[in-house]
Amino acid sequence: MNRSDRLDATFAALADPTRRAILARLALGETSVSELARPFAMSQPAISKHLKVLERAGLISSAQDAQRRPRRIEAKPLAEASGWLDGYREFWEASYERLDALLDELKTHRKKRAKSRR
Amino acid sequence: MKNTGTLKVVTQGDREIVMTRVFDAPRDLVFDALTKPELLKRWFGPHGWTLTECEVDLRVGGAWRFFSHGPGGRTMGMRGVYREIARPERIQYTESFDEFAQHGSALITTTLVEQNGKTTLTCVSLAPSLEVRDAVIQSGMEHGAAETYDRLAGVLEALRVRA
Repeated sequence: MNRSDRLDATFAALADPTRRAILARLALGETSVSELARPFAMSQPAISKHLKVLERAGLISSAQDAQRRPRRIEAKPLAEASGWLDGYREFWEASYERLDALLDELKTHRKKRAKSRR
Repeated sequence: MKNTGTLKVVTQGDREIVMTRVFDAPRDLVFDALTKPELLKRWFGPHGWTLTECEVDLRVGGAWRFFSHGPGGRTMGMRGVYREIARPERIQYTESFDEFAQHGSALITTTLVEQNGKTTLTCVSLAPSLEVRDAVIQSGMEHGAAETYDRLAGVLEALRVRA
């Protein structure tokens, strides 16, 4: 997978609340599948499906075909996704800070005009 | 700057990016700032970039075109077509970057909601692919220190606790 495919996969995996909750749990340490399933009102196969999505996105890892093997979180793709959003955010933060100043000016201008009309 | 609000950036699905920002001004002023070239030129662009050419044909089917100059002689051209204009609450347009035009256009929907004189801007960007966004951002700036965002926040927070 190239970088943008990886980002696509990461964001798609993070789009689901159950998968985000699984990641949050795994961030505390390695966890078995049955343990992961416990807090959710979901069957183990349903949880396994979510785990497969996370695994394909490279966000978690485990030994193959080992249902009982604990899953663990992989930090790198998450850091990459976060870094990508940082860039996007910086682009707009700089613009919007300037827009704040401009809007202040426009508001002042409007008030002055309203006053002079009275 | 006293009015600086917090910019929220979250992903929605795998192709949408949603930005939310509050501005301390009525929404007709915000709408003007988003659509009038003489105003756009004063704020649009990341640090170190200036919007030097700005043409806006503000009607459905009308075209817009931006051209910016950045550090080190770099340039950035963007263009698109307005799809929907409902002043002062909603505007929708396509957006493509000259450099990445072969990747197609993103569809941008901006909504302005006013409450007590403040305006909440929500901008939903549906990208043809994240590759386009990614490439644009890579070319325009350096990545800053890692921060956390809503969807990632919980996970990254926990990672930090662990580390």
